[in-house]
Amino acid sequence: MRFYEYEAKVLLGRQGVPLPKGSNAKTPEEAEQVAGQIGGSLVLKSQVLTGGRMKAGGIKFATSPQEARKEAAGILALAINGQKPRSVLVEGRAAVRQEFYVGVIYDALAKRPLLILSDMGGIDIEEVAERHPEHIARLHLSTLVPFQDYQAKEVISNLGITGNRLTRMTPILARLVRLFLQYNLTLAEINPLAELEDGSFLCLDCHLDMEEEARDRHARLLQELGIGRDESRQARPPTPFEVRGAQVDAIDTRGVAGRVVEFDGDLGLIIGAGGGSLTLLDAVRKHGGRPANYCEIGGNPSVRKASELTKLVLSKPGVEKIAVMMNVVSNTRVDMMARGVIKGVIESGYDPKEKIAIFRIPGSWEDEGFKILRKYGVEYVDRTVSLDEAARRAVVKMGRR
Amino acid sequence: MSILIDENTTFIIQGITGREAVNMTRECLDYGAKVVGGVTPGRKGRDVYGVPVYDTVRQITEQMQVDGAVVSVPPGFAKDAALEAISAGIKLIVIVTERIPRGEVAEILEFAEGGDARVIGPNCLGIITPGRAKMGGIGGTAEDTRKAFKPGAIGVMSRSGGMTTEICNTLGAAGLGVTTAVSIGGDPLIGSTYAELMPLYEADPETRAIVIYSEPGGPFEAQLAAYLKEKRSRLPVVAFMAGRFMDEMPGMRFGHAGTIVEGRADTSAEKIRLMQDAGITVAESIAAIPDLIRQRLKERGN
Repeated sequence: MRFYEYEAKVLLGRQGVPLPKGSNAKTPEEAEQVAGQIGGSLVLKSQVLTGGRMKAGGIKFATSPQEARKEAAGILALAINGQKPRSVLVEGRAAVRQEFYVGVIYDALAKRPLLILSDMGGIDIEEVAERHPEHIARLHLSTLVPFQDYQAKEVISNLGITGNRLTRMTPILARLVRLFLQYNLTLAEINPLAELEDGSFLCLDCHLDMEEEARDRHARLLQELGIGRDESRQARPPTPFEVRGAQVDAIDTRGVAGRVVEFDGDLGLIIGAGGGSLTLLDAVRKHGGRPANYCEIGGNPSVRKASELTKLVLSKPGVEKIAVMMNVVSNTRVDMMARGVIKGVIESGYDPKEKIAIFRIPGSWEDEGFKILRKYGVEYVDRTVSLDEAARRAVVKMGRR
Repeated sequence: MSILIDENTTFIIQGITGREAVNMTRECLDYGAKVVGGVTPGRKGRDVYGVPVYDTVRQITEQMQVDGAVVSVPPGFAKDAALEAISAGIKLIVIVTERIPRGEVAEILEFAEGGDARVIGPNCLGIITPGRAKMGGIGGTAEDTRKAFKPGAIGVMSRSGGMTTEICNTLGAAGLGVTTAVSIGGDPLIGSTYAELMPLYEADPETRAIVIYSEPGGPFEAQLAAYLKEKRSRLPVVAFMAGRFMDEMPGMRFGHAGTIVEGRADTSAEKIRLMQDAGITVAESIAAIPDLIRQRLKERGN
């Protein structure tokens, strides 16, 4: 879950990381007021959850409150990568001597957090790592032994940095590491960390991501920041169809029948489980099919959840048939899935025989499941028919291609 | 032969009185596995299908040799359970639990390193050596498991539990059985990666080829490719890459917690390129895997 820059700066500020003077503004009038309070040279930054703001025109400069108001109006009206900004962050602007990069991520190969420092800040760190590896210092961190300031000093001195710079940067690195560990972040970046002409340091921009799995543990913090439980903060906001998919999954706690992602095709998919869904969506597309949605079923969901998911997919405009497919299941029961899907089709006012292009869920309780499918005349296949072939047959049934 | 487990492996189940764990206990016992104890704090003295329940792991390890532990507790208790098993000296920890925050997984893995223990998972279905033992819910009931998993010469590693069963079933139907299949877990941080398990398969004389199931996100496929380039493995590897559609949808999480495209290295296209470059055969469908395995074995004169 990505934080907006203004939210991330609240977190960093509480930790004691030095920040420019500034405030978040929702309207051009608010921006003007904030600018008046800060005074002097100003920067206005679009609050969107995407990179490339500068290039897109989402970052502007101003020297008076009136100018700030005008620029804020422009920024608030400008969508970046399809995202309308939530607000505009107004901050004071200072003369910068040098820019640094500080980041903490997880290194999945070392299985530990990794602290990264570079004296080439302001640009993409991956590019620096590729072209100027000598400008990067790294340190793998322990999650068992608390982080100590000397570790930050070692990283800084490894880049050849000494003097006041070293002592001033040390607490900033240490605080970022502690923030990362304390709030279950998966990414914590200050880029650039700016050294000003007077030798002081400021976090000019930052990027913090909190792990989805940890949101409940930090419910109070998220509430303080005004981040609702229903805010997905994915790459794009959920569509109404996807929101309804999440509601279906929340009907009860038995298994999963949801995680719906909307596509624009005509073949509805009731698929699972995690890996099976990825495999099946690829297979449908490979054979020329046009999926109406992605979804995941697993962990033996209730009949009700399976039927509600079916009804949701069938309610999507343009969906002509559904394909019900999973990998060989060992926990999810085939008979419960058959019952749920057929119930959903009938309650949507359709004939299961017509609407279900294919049913391919082999595995536990399959004999009971196949019996139900036979009763309703639904075409089903067992494990001798591959996922790929089942997807192909579903696509063929859609005709016209 | 096999890797990690066989019919003599003794293990305990932590969280044994939970609904899923009760089923898992029965399935493992029915399949012939040696489940020697279970732990649920406060439930000492009970039993689950004849398996005695204890309050702590040490109450069991003080009495007998325990080779492994399956952690099947809610995410909030998983770190404690894993650390308890490792500190009691257990060397193989299978973590089934989903949704453990990454920081806690990192703690478990760092502690395991110090305790010289191997972790499989989190977010996995466990390990199976067909016809001999299984450790975890993999395959479901003993009857369903026998249907899908046949003994043989192929090692299988998969980021998806369900697809482990699908792949082994496909291999079995084509007359190719499995030495040991490992559901390595779908999380961004896992205890044992493909490359880390490769030396075990190398050392198993019965394993003649490897099949992996892979997904976008994470560096594990690239790590395997680098391993194969460096080590010149005797084992041909066939890979299946799911989620190719995700390349067009950066930033969206699908399937598993670790499955997200955040940069070029995460895409299926880049992973396929790296794997092919390292001599891995990439299958276009699960159904195509058995023929590709036979072809690769033939090339190597096996």
